[in-house]
Amino acid sequence: MISKFLLSGDTPRSKVLAALLVLIVLGLALTPFIFPGAKSLNVAAKICIFVVLVASFDLMLGYTGIFSFAHTMFFGIGAYGVAIALTHLPPKWGSVGIGVAGALAVSILLSLVVGLFSLRVKAMFFAMITLAVATAFQTLASQMSDITGGEDGLTFKVPELISPAFQLREQPFLGVTLDGRIIGFYLLLVAVVVLFLVMLRIVNSPFGRVLQAIRENAFRAEALGYRTVVYRTWTNVLSAVFATLAGCLLALWLRYNGPDTTLSFAIMMDILLMVVIGGMGTLYGSVVGATIFILAENYLQDLMKVGSTAFAKIPVLKDLVHPDRWLLWLGILFIVGIYKFPLGIVGKLRMRLKKAAA
Amino acid sequence: MSETLLKLEGVHTHIGAYHILHGVDLKVAHGELTVLLGRNGAGKTTTLRTIMGLWKASAGTIQLEGREIQAMATPDVSRLGMAYVPENMGIFPDLTVRENMLLAARAAKREDQIDPKRLEWIFGLFPAMKKFWQHPAGLLSGGQKQMLAVARAVVEPRKLLLVDEPSKGLAPAIILNMIEAFRELKAADTTILLVEQNFNFARQLGDQVAVMDDGRVVHAGPMAELAEDEALQTRLLGLSLASHQ
Amino acid sequence: MTAPSTPAPGMDALPKVRKDFVPLFLIPAIALLALPFISPSTWLTLTFAGLAMGMILFILSSGLTLIFGLMDVLNFGHGVFISVGAFIATTIIGTAAGWSDSESLLRNLGIVLPAMLGAMALTALLGLIFERVIIRPVYGQPLKQIMITMGGMIVGQELIKVLWGPQAIPLLLPGGMRGSILLGEAAIEKYRVVAVVIGLAVFAAMMWVMTRTKLGLLIRAGVHDREMVESMGYRIRRLFIGVFVAGSALAGLGGVMWGLYQQSVVAEMGGAVNVLLFIVIIIGGLGSVGGCFLGSMLVGLVANYVGFLAPKVALFSNIGLMVIVLLWRPQGLYAVGKQ
Repeated sequence: MISKFLLSGDTPRSKVLAALLVLIVLGLALTPFIFPGAKSLNVAAKICIFVVLVASFDLMLGYTGIFSFAHTMFFGIGAYGVAIALTHLPPKWGSVGIGVAGALAVSILLSLVVGLFSLRVKAMFFAMITLAVATAFQTLASQMSDITGGEDGLTFKVPELISPAFQLREQPFLGVTLDGRIIGFYLLLVAVVVLFLVMLRIVNSPFGRVLQAIRENAFRAEALGYRTVVYRTWTNVLSAVFATLAGCLLALWLRYNGPDTTLSFAIMMDILLMVVIGGMGTLYGSVVGATIFILAENYLQDLMKVGSTAFAKIPVLKDLVHPDRWLLWLGILFIVGIYKFPLGIVGKLRMRLKKAAA
Repeated sequence: MSETLLKLEGVHTHIGAYHILHGVDLKVAHGELTVLLGRNGAGKTTTLRTIMGLWKASAGTIQLEGREIQAMATPDVSRLGMAYVPENMGIFPDLTVRENMLLAARAAKREDQIDPKRLEWIFGLFPAMKKFWQHPAGLLSGGQKQMLAVARAVVEPRKLLLVDEPSKGLAPAIILNMIEAFRELKAADTTILLVEQNFNFARQLGDQVAVMDDGRVVHAGPMAELAEDEALQTRLLGLSLASHQ
Repeated sequence: MTAPSTPAPGMDALPKVRKDFVPLFLIPAIALLALPFISPSTWLTLTFAGLAMGMILFILSSGLTLIFGLMDVLNFGHGVFISVGAFIATTIIGTAAGWSDSESLLRNLGIVLPAMLGAMALTALLGLIFERVIIRPVYGQPLKQIMITMGGMIVGQELIKVLWGPQAIPLLLPGGMRGSILLGEAAIEKYRVVAVVIGLAVFAAMMWVMTRTKLGLLIRAGVHDREMVESMGYRIRRLFIGVFVAGSALAGLGGVMWGLYQQSVVAEMGGAVNVLLFIVIIIGGLGSVGGCFLGSMLVGLVANYVGFLAPKVALFSNIGLMVIVLLWRPQGLYAVGKQ
């Protein structure tokens, strides 16, 4: 029943994976209680947001076979939408609504234009064009300082319910003060879960199955009567919508947004790493990938610091394990992952089950 | 009886999920012109491409002078002495006629290294080549391009020519020219495997004939036999030579 | 393609030889378009700056366009060769800083030329490794290619930081190349003249190879119809490796020149210029050296004119240029018809 209704029939299909997912969800939900402190709450919030961001990217890449560099652009549009609205309007939920609505409108329009103009071309062309558009947008955002706050970005107040100063109750609950941050975190978590389940429903619908058919063999799909351009455009739009919403959530959480927060190429790379490590075309892969990556980003560096001091006397080796170079190792993991584990962690876990059953 | 130059045994070819060749058996004898006939989609072009290694045979063997070549890469197959004139002619339009020919002459690094006697003979077969020597090949007419394609294939001596529908879309006058050229090639002891749909064209040139249908060779034998047996023609090709005059 | 040809008279008719000169007029067109908005002396400076930048862009992107034309491989990690080339140059020049600072152009060349050659040699080697390890396993799989070449770029950038440190390193212009020449009221930077000279030399060399050698024939034919070239007995894989290595070496050279242009090198510099290179090769037509040259000139000019007139929309203007060109010729200015 859970599987049919909630998960749209797309179960983890692997005991290990299911356990992992439950662990992650519980870990996130109970973060304020198990891992107290501002840093861990921030890490948990970031994981939640990136789950949506990466899942929407997986919708395009893993399910439909489209590579778009413009994903971070829509992420940024969402964040800037909320940021600009809350900068110029009073910090109320109505303003947030206006920001979100405006951002969605822009995203839908842009994704339609990009989709229709470029989806008729080969994958390489599309990738190049989206790269150019995304880069241009990033430059624009940092230069239109009147609206976007330029390089410095925008800092703003959020509605009272989720602002840090707000307190639901005087006494702490189970050792945790119920302030606006906590409330905001749980609202974020609920929103993310809902969005993820909606995406799960989309990819398991007849629409989703056509997408997979297009990914496998576009010619065949076209021959069978499915207008691939239409489906691909729809995917572009849907993916952009979810990315935009993720951006809105991010802005609400950070109470800040700047060009590097959402639009940088580094974030694009992060998304890519997460989706490949987690497993393309699975959606659950984004959960696993986001968690692993963001935990590594924040805590692996401490580990590497240990190694770096241990090797302090050896010239090149000490630089190789220097905590700032954690991206090097993730990059190597990424390349190896594409060769040896094209299905990612989720795919590998699922294959184990198939093999055991065979 | 001349010995076998090329032998296909039980060759199957799959393209993606499609099973195109279902066990092709074919023999091409040295010094003869063998015609591969059949309807559209019978697998004639696929057979040629499989021999050249452009598509890999999924089963069966292909032997050139007794040596198995079905697993070899295309450049290596070509270097064993095969030349291929594909259906679309494979002309490089941005290169001049001269450059096309130079490319086809593997041993030559410059124009003056192409065998001049050979060139003269080719100009004799196809006078237009001399005239358009410095022109971009893309500007040639269809018939001229076809001539260039064949000229390229013979600019150096080759053991075996694979030619795919050279008469397609050509005006009758040019087809006559083509037939002359192939006759001269045959006289020069070149072995040719020719794919054709035009039976009239094929009949004038072929020594042996193999008819394909549904990815198999359903009939093989001397051309003269088939040319005289109208009932057989109708059964295999759905036509009779008399009405095709 | 096999249209029925005309009978005997058509057989003897000489086809008209048409050379496609129309796109070349875009260069003076754009230059003249900018003229009314800028004072003549500034216009002269900007035009020269644009041409110089165009030359560097050409050197950076020529390999990229041939690689794509020949094997349908788009190297999103091309920037790593650019960065590595620039960093190697800093090391080599650093060994003889005195020669670099000297005012004598001869001394300058004495250290800058080895730096360029050294950079090219090492990026060529890097290209060989890159092709083997990163690209070869993913031929014919565009999505994987995009991802894996980007992965290669990340790893490359991080390795640069390991070897040279994470900070930007200055790459000062040699003493003899600093300053400007005055043409009336227009100041033309000496280095830009050097860039134009080197760029023209590279272009001339490439065109010579492409039109006068059999290797060039192979490349031009292979870009159009790879299968046919293989059917003629040429191992196009080897050709591709050669072109890839040459393209990487050129990127290394371009990296040195780009580093000198900006007077500083940083690990991300290659990645940053990648977008511009893609725009250049799309405008020029994938697989065409002449198109790449033309595209580079146009992008360089537009970047400098718009960079002066309206800096905020500089990148957009180049995207706009690309869109306009694609609307006119969807395959680029000098498209190579692919079989």
